[in-house]
Amino acid sequence: MTHIAKPRVIHPRLEKNELGLTRRDYEGTMSTLCAGCGHDSITAALVEAVWDLAVPPHRAAKLSGIGCSSKTSAYFMSQSHGFNSVHGRMPSIAAGANAANRDLVYIGISGDGDSLSIGLGQLCHAIRRNLNLIYLLENNGVYGLTKGQFSASADVGSKSRRGVPNEQPPIDPVLLSLTLGATFVARSFSGDKDQLVPILKAGIRHSGFAMVDVISPCVTFNDHVGSTKSYAHTREHYLEVAETAFFEPDEVVPADYVPQASEITTEIAPGETRDVRMHDGSVVRFRHVAEDYDPTNRDAAYQYIRRHQARGEVVTGLLFVDPESRDHHAVLGTVREPLWDLPFDELCPGSEALDALMANYR
Amino acid sequence: MTVELDRVNDFAFKIGTVNGTGSASANGLLMQSIFRMGVPVSGKNVFPSNIQGLPTWYEIRVNRRGHVARIPRFDLIVAMNPATYKRDIEELAPGGWLLHDSSWPMADTLRRDGVTFIGVPLAEICVSEFEAARERILMKNIAYTGALAALLDIDMEVIRTLLEETFGGRKKHLLDSNFTAIKLGYDYVRTHYDCPLPIRVAPMSANDDSILIDGNTAAGLGCVFAGATVAAWYPITPSTSLVDGFTAFAKRFRVDEETGLSRVAIIQAEDELAAAGITIGAGWAGARAFTSTSGAGISLMGEFLGLAYYAEVPSVFFDIERVGPSTGMPTRTQQGDLLLCAYASHGDTKHICLYPRDPAECFEFAVTAFDLAERYQTPVFVLSDLDIGMNDWVVPKLRWDDRYRPDRGKVLDADDLEKIEKFYRYLDVDGDGIPYRTVPGESPKGAYFTRGSGHTKYGTYTEDSDEYLEVVDRLLRKINGAADAVPAPEIRSRPEARFGLVSIGGCDGAVREALDELEEEGERYDYMRVRGFPFSQDVTRFLEAHEMNFVVEQNRDAQLKSLLLLETTVGKERLASVLSYGGLPMSAHHVVSGVRERLGVGVQQEGASA
Repeated sequence: MTHIAKPRVIHPRLEKNELGLTRRDYEGTMSTLCAGCGHDSITAALVEAVWDLAVPPHRAAKLSGIGCSSKTSAYFMSQSHGFNSVHGRMPSIAAGANAANRDLVYIGISGDGDSLSIGLGQLCHAIRRNLNLIYLLENNGVYGLTKGQFSASADVGSKSRRGVPNEQPPIDPVLLSLTLGATFVARSFSGDKDQLVPILKAGIRHSGFAMVDVISPCVTFNDHVGSTKSYAHTREHYLEVAETAFFEPDEVVPADYVPQASEITTEIAPGETRDVRMHDGSVVRFRHVAEDYDPTNRDAAYQYIRRHQARGEVVTGLLFVDPESRDHHAVLGTVREPLWDLPFDELCPGSEALDALMANYR
Repeated sequence: MTVELDRVNDFAFKIGTVNGTGSASANGLLMQSIFRMGVPVSGKNVFPSNIQGLPTWYEIRVNRRGHVARIPRFDLIVAMNPATYKRDIEELAPGGWLLHDSSWPMADTLRRDGVTFIGVPLAEICVSEFEAARERILMKNIAYTGALAALLDIDMEVIRTLLEETFGGRKKHLLDSNFTAIKLGYDYVRTHYDCPLPIRVAPMSANDDSILIDGNTAAGLGCVFAGATVAAWYPITPSTSLVDGFTAFAKRFRVDEETGLSRVAIIQAEDELAAAGITIGAGWAGARAFTSTSGAGISLMGEFLGLAYYAEVPSVFFDIERVGPSTGMPTRTQQGDLLLCAYASHGDTKHICLYPRDPAECFEFAVTAFDLAERYQTPVFVLSDLDIGMNDWVVPKLRWDDRYRPDRGKVLDADDLEKIEKFYRYLDVDGDGIPYRTVPGESPKGAYFTRGSGHTKYGTYTEDSDEYLEVVDRLLRKINGAADAVPAPEIRSRPEARFGLVSIGGCDGAVREALDELEEEGERYDYMRVRGFPFSQDVTRFLEAHEMNFVVEQNRDAQLKSLLLLETTVGKERLASVLSYGGLPMSAHHVVSGVRERLGVGVQQEGASA
């Protein structure tokens, strides 16, 4: 059997969102990834985020390329249209789909090989276009399906399972995104759902390209001692720049919020908060913002990340957001309605116009 | 009938200039003037892959009988580029005329017997008339238009009117300087030479219902009329002007008057891969989407084309062919992508292809392409070429039937979905190999997963042989089923013809002219121009009805002939090739000599077997 459907028995008392849907309604087919794969945790966080945002499943489109990460587009939202395309080319499929129908929620799933090697060019241009898309880069530093080759995100000195160190400098999707003008840049860890879920929610609601780089250890090929993308290494070198919470435009934003994380980390002292109001009225609240960190200052964010990278620290959180982001449609100047569905009368000039035009070709 | 009379409205001339010196507008003006005089005319721009400095030529053929295929014999050459004097003079037909700029002496060694040299000091008269350096260069080229008007009897009133149309209003000063330059050339020639020459233009009324347009512009216009809303492209000669045309028409016809917003998304992609991806993504999301490229671009799009074929995504690909392989000769024409497009991408694929012969069919087939792409849920190619795409052709005025409605094919909307129990994307419900599709966002019941990996007829992933076979075998039935839906071959029959001529695309004019000439010798020929792929039964029947079919095409490897052998039941012994692939459009001369040569061979073989 090459495809596994999940049993459709749903417990009657499962919590429902405002559409009356349970989290189960946002699930997909059974994952065929390795047990313990970071990607499955990301899928779970994604299910939580879209359920909580009450995204109507059929109004979302899941797009991916090729690789372990790209397979996950089948593992959530089975009531959404999905497109598992070709290796490294999801951004162009997304650009076309988004051009045709700007009203859907576009969720792009990619990996480090898909994004940073074969698909680097397309990723860069999707960022430049500011496609209205959340781009999840499930980053494990290796190629899994072809059995453990380094990817372009592998750190210098990180060792493969056979003990061979990587000698080439990594391409950091976060720094790359900041350089190319991305309007939303985040980094998280598949093992930190509490951090990841609000970032995903904010990224989905962001009007423009939202890069979410998620370190997602490969339990089979890159979770050993000497790897810089293992669970243990990531936990040890993890530096959260700020806790974030995301509030929809119609939500009442509390004076202070208690993130779910605080239930188990109550020892964290209450710190400063900072609200960034997005273009659509939604609010991203940053809590425990490092004193020298400004999530709306691209250059400062870049320097902060570089400074901490030099110390071996992986800075995580919602790292940069441009609240005035103008997406691709704004740049193209297209009409508000989805292009695919415009009435033919509005598209075809008709015989009279053609007859008149013919005079120009005499 | 005297020889002189015979040359009225039946000659060809050629203008050799330096790229980037404004000669394009001068040549366009000449061509358009002859068109306005109602005389059948064609212009072929033979230009370099260069912005400024290299030699460039423009060939104009005037033919009262309407034969306007390229003719490789020139009665008059305007030699404005000393670097090509020698070559230009050699290409003159015996008894021809050479118009050159006599501001500088021409070496005696270049003189050729039987050629009349007409010296006009174009640079000199322009230097004395105009002050700015750039203007002097540009006006020198405009001035030869005037010289030609005198020699060829082109109506100066027509020229004046055309200039007024171009430079009317705010560009009035350009009108004056251009017409002054033309008059300088005209007057000089009238004063110093006997005008007109025996080759000359006399007014006709052949063009009353015609226009002068290039194929890329016409195709771009067709895309607007077809209702395309997403275009993605990467600049590449000779296809760029298709999207340029589309963009210009979109500005005119697709901007909301109130908001100024556009009913189209035109996306310049980072490469052809992305252009294909955007087209496929948009087609998947329900839009009529297209890309325009040339052979090199199709090579890059290969992987995506297989995806669109296998995942069944409507998408339209214009391939404006140029000379390959590799970068080849980017500014020369060829029909070298016939096989590439028919079977683009790895694995078993087969694609619907349309082969327009001129700009009028570019317009028509653009619309057909979108209908077929949506009806058959697959990539559709429109194979034009540099000659059709970038040169101006005289074609009947384009017409539009307001009753036309786009054929969106089998699309289930939310209401349709309510009526069925469950939707499966790749199920052959109607037995025609064409499944039903849905547009993302319409209904939760319509959701499905699109993939280029192995899938079952229910749309789920598979690695099972039988489940895989079920889908790919249906795909073959689906595409073969399009044979009768693509434009039918155009067939011209003669009673009891033993031989058939077969051609494709822009070869049509040369073959028709060649047929006139060949039939003067007494033999009868049937003629078929294929216009679409897969081939219908009519194509097979035509080939089988002749003891020999001469397949005329513009590539080295006889790609159309190969396709006919692969896709029909005709035997190899019934097909012979007439090829021309040096980068210039097919001429009747090529066809006639090719057929004669092959017939000679054929007769010998018959004798041997008898």
